[in-house]
Amino acid sequence: MTRGTTENPWVRRSLIGVALIFVAIMLVLPMVLVLSQALAHGVGDYWRALSDKDAISALKLTLLAAAIAVPANVIFGVSAAWCIAKFEFKGKQLLLTFIDLPFAVSPVISGLVYVLLFGLNGWCGEWLRDHDVKIIYAVPGIVLATVFVTFPFVARELIPVMQEQGTDEEEAAATLGANGWQTFWRVTLPNIKWALLYGVILCNARAMGEFGAVSVVSGHIRGLTNTLPLHVEILYNEYQGLAAFAVASLLMGLAVVTLILKTIIEARTERAEEHT
Amino acid sequence: MSNTLNVDPADLSRDYFRAKAWRGHFRRPSVLPGFGLTFGFTLFYLTLIVLVPLSALFLKSIQFGAEAFWIAATAPRVLAAFRVSFGCALLAAGLNVVFGLLLAWVLVRYRFPGRRVCDALVDLPFALPTAVAGISLAALYAPKGWLGQYFADWGIKVAFTPLGIMVALLFVGIPFVVRTVQPVLENFDLSYEEAATTLGANRWQIFSRVLLPALLPATLTGFALAFARGLGEYGSVIFIAGNMPMVSEIVPLLIVTKLEQYDYTGATAIAVVMLMLSFAMLLVINLLQAWARRAEQRR
Repeated sequence: MTRGTTENPWVRRSLIGVALIFVAIMLVLPMVLVLSQALAHGVGDYWRALSDKDAISALKLTLLAAAIAVPANVIFGVSAAWCIAKFEFKGKQLLLTFIDLPFAVSPVISGLVYVLLFGLNGWCGEWLRDHDVKIIYAVPGIVLATVFVTFPFVARELIPVMQEQGTDEEEAAATLGANGWQTFWRVTLPNIKWALLYGVILCNARAMGEFGAVSVVSGHIRGLTNTLPLHVEILYNEYQGLAAFAVASLLMGLAVVTLILKTIIEARTERAEEHT
Repeated sequence: MSNTLNVDPADLSRDYFRAKAWRGHFRRPSVLPGFGLTFGFTLFYLTLIVLVPLSALFLKSIQFGAEAFWIAATAPRVLAAFRVSFGCALLAAGLNVVFGLLLAWVLVRYRFPGRRVCDALVDLPFALPTAVAGISLAALYAPKGWLGQYFADWGIKVAFTPLGIMVALLFVGIPFVVRTVQPVLENFDLSYEEAATTLGANRWQIFSRVLLPALLPATLTGFALAFARGLGEYGSVIFIAGNMPMVSEIVPLLIVTKLEQYDYTGATAIAVVMLMLSFAMLLVINLLQAWARRAEQRR
């Protein structure tokens, strides 16, 4: 760097210092606290808190919700990205805005809309009761709320990447006689695999960690409609700090793994861009 | 950085004829297959998951009638909750701008040990489930907590007051400003700063007259994103807020409370007002982003 585009060393050092202190207090300290509270009474108690029957059923429900929400939103994301990035049509901007809507809505409202639709006093409430279908305060409601809050993740990662790649390669494949599926699997997918993986990782982190939306539709029935984040809340409110932080540490592990994978994929994409 | 003179005139005319060819039609003709299938599925899934549930909310509020809606939406406790939510989200987003600019600057311009880790950690609030953030912040800033005890020495209560809400919103908002400013700063041409230096400007003048105006659109976008997120945030706030009606009760929590009391009119009315505000914020953010893109292209 030339003189005149950099600060004097003392300014530089103090700016770095303030940034490091901010990161340490705001971001690192909360994670250290979770670990230290979870392990406050040793590994034995930590393990007992995690192998509690309610904690395990919460873990199962969290995995189930993510196992449905992530693939559903992957299929949607790929399909939305294909029609938006590869074709020109009217109203595209409006469609893009609609896809972003779930990000703009408060998680609590994301849950509320399903209560108003499927709850006892909701639009379909009576019909559902007569046919003995339970959605709110049951597993389907939790899955629906999870799908809603993670709706845009995959589509948003894929659309800009596929738009940038244009349609030349796909058009070449089509003129060579490839059908739609062949074009997608052999030409498009290899080009977007990292962006897709990136979207899946973010989608999964949100699906497993969602609290507000799920909390509204869950009814907090232990062993039945409790996800891991909801279980953290229940334990915390019952003053079972150790157990709450033990379960929280699991979710924190998920966040750390997400960040590591994210960093690896970003580094790969950067390298790939430098090559081209 | 794109120069319009580089465009091949042949390309322009081809695009022109292409555009002309599908005027009056829904979409431009293409050799690629699958439009019908993917567009149909996208629209169907979007309608089912997002549009129908959101319209259920609006229809419900119409069903209750204007008067009941107005009474529910303007109750003193509701107005107080809006004041708390707005005030805390605004102040937190403001602090996020200060620290976000600083972090983006340090991460882009300087090289120091641990830079990559710091860069990755900035996304932690995106990745960490809000309930985990909530309980750990509450424990940290409680009067006897690791940080709260020092504030207590000064007679300041952080957790269980509006100050605690701000801390939580500061946490969830960090990535927004950093991640919108960072790319602009990375692409910023150093020659502008060099030119300013040769013209005799000092470092502070360059920062305030050359850099800040260039970063303004992205900074405002980051501010708006952090503010919008702060308004709707629930999980990380409720543990640290204390949730005292009229004092430290945020709007999303009030919606949950009304719902738990089976007060559907109240919950729906507040939610509709909140949703309108979110849509307005979405519009503002889109305009800001368009502005930021134009500013970037001009350079």
